[in-house]
Amino acid sequence: MARVLINIPREIHAGETITIRTLIQHGMESGYRPGADGNVVPRDILRRFTARFDDEPVFAAEFSPAIAANPFLSFTMVVAASGTLTLRWEGDNGFDQTETRRIAVA
Amino acid sequence: MKRCLLMLLCCLPAAAQQRRSSFEDMARETQALQRDDATNPAMLWVQEGEALWSGAAGAAGFSCASCHSAAETSMPGVAARYPAWDDARGAPIDLAGRIAQCRAERQGAPPLDRESPGLLALSAYVGLQSRGLPIAPPDDPRLAPAVAEGAALYAERRGQLDLSCAQCHDDNAGRRLGSSTIPQAHPTGYPLYRLEWQGLGSLQRRLRGCMTGVRAEPFRYGAPEYIAIEAFLMRRAAGMAMETPAVRP
Ligand code: HEC
Ligand code: HEC
Repeated sequence: MARVLINIPREIHAGETITIRTLIQHGMESGYRPGADGNVVPRDILRRFTARFDDEPVFAAEFSPAIAANPFLSFTMVVAASGTLTLRWEGDNGFDQTETRRIAVA
Repeated sequence: MKRCLLMLLCCLPAAAQQRRSSFEDMARETQALQRDDATNPAMLWVQEGEALWSGAAGAAGFSCASCHSAAETSMPGVAARYPAWDDARGAPIDLAGRIAQCRAERQGAPPLDRESPGLLALSAYVGLQSRGLPIAPPDDPRLAPAVAEGAALYAERRGQLDLSCAQCHDDNAGRRLGSSTIPQAHPTGYPLYRLEWQGLGSLQRRLRGCMTGVRAEPFRYGAPEYIAIEAFLMRRAAGMAMETPAVRP
């Protein structure tokens, strides 16, 4: 499992627009770099990020080889009521990681 | 002698005032990355270090926490006073060396190699507990020979470019080398996340980079020469705030 940091505001009021910030440990090997032996290192990157709030998609992103290692991603969403945020990163070589966080409105 | 003293009196306070971390010379965006733990990629390694700290390993099933309890209470200030004297070996030891020693000899867990993800993670986690604290090298006369050796290595010209550390980091600090500003070489933030590395690295990795940069043969990881240079650099940076885990370009 890759290490993930997810930053969610502590106190949230119903109807508020909040910013979610995420960081995931991933090498994002571009597929263009020669390795120590001179051969190109095969591509190994994250391809897609999706965020759902109680099964409703709230944000998605496609990644490309030009994105740096350990990608940081930030997006905003409106929270009407408490629910569960599901974040999923999918990538090359079967990479698939899902994290869930409870979001409670005050 | 009199002139020497006068020069010392004139230069020392000025030099001390002008000391600055290379944090100051970074782009605003890179500074922002370091300032906020939610964006600093090094915090991913810190998280790993925290897990290693509290996870049992080795035959006796000890974790670091079994002997040291919470790092937040036992480790503040520790990273700020390394390298220290190691009684067992009768030699100076750096923080990574101490952690590796504790892990192999006291915890009885599989050893962690220099620059391995686990040792970097533990070093970052222990180092974080000193963030913001002043660098405070131990007042131990047994370390004096290492500090002197470090000062000599720092002043020695090396490599095909025949340059010493001092020629860049004292004589030309603040000027540019290609696209980078030459820093004063204060070891305030290690281990740190370097954008060029796309990962976390130790001070020794940084020093290797400076050595291969002048086309000199770097020392092997863990070599006493690196520990001597670190002992000298930490003394030179005494009183400056620890930044571990920092971010650098
Ligand atoms: C079996 C007990 C034990 C375990 C397990 C253990 N240590 Fe230690 N550790 C010690 C003792 C004893 C010392 C020496 C204290 C002294 O000399 O003041 C020490 C010293 C240290 C120091 C230096 C502290 C200083 O003030 O200079 C660090 C850093 C450290 N340990 C980190 C770790 C880490 C990280 C782990 C887990 C990988 C670990 N230790 C596991 C017993 C242990
Ligand atoms: C040719 C000039 C040059 C020489 C010689 C050189 N360095 Fe450097 N050093 C640099 C530059 C430039 C950087 C910053 C690189 C960057 O920002 O990408 C740097 C970075 C550093 C840093 C990192 C500072 C920080 O804030 O993290 C340290 C420590 C350091 N050097 C120590 C040394 C030591 C010790 C030596 C001698 C063994 C040495 N350097 C030799 C140019 C040099």
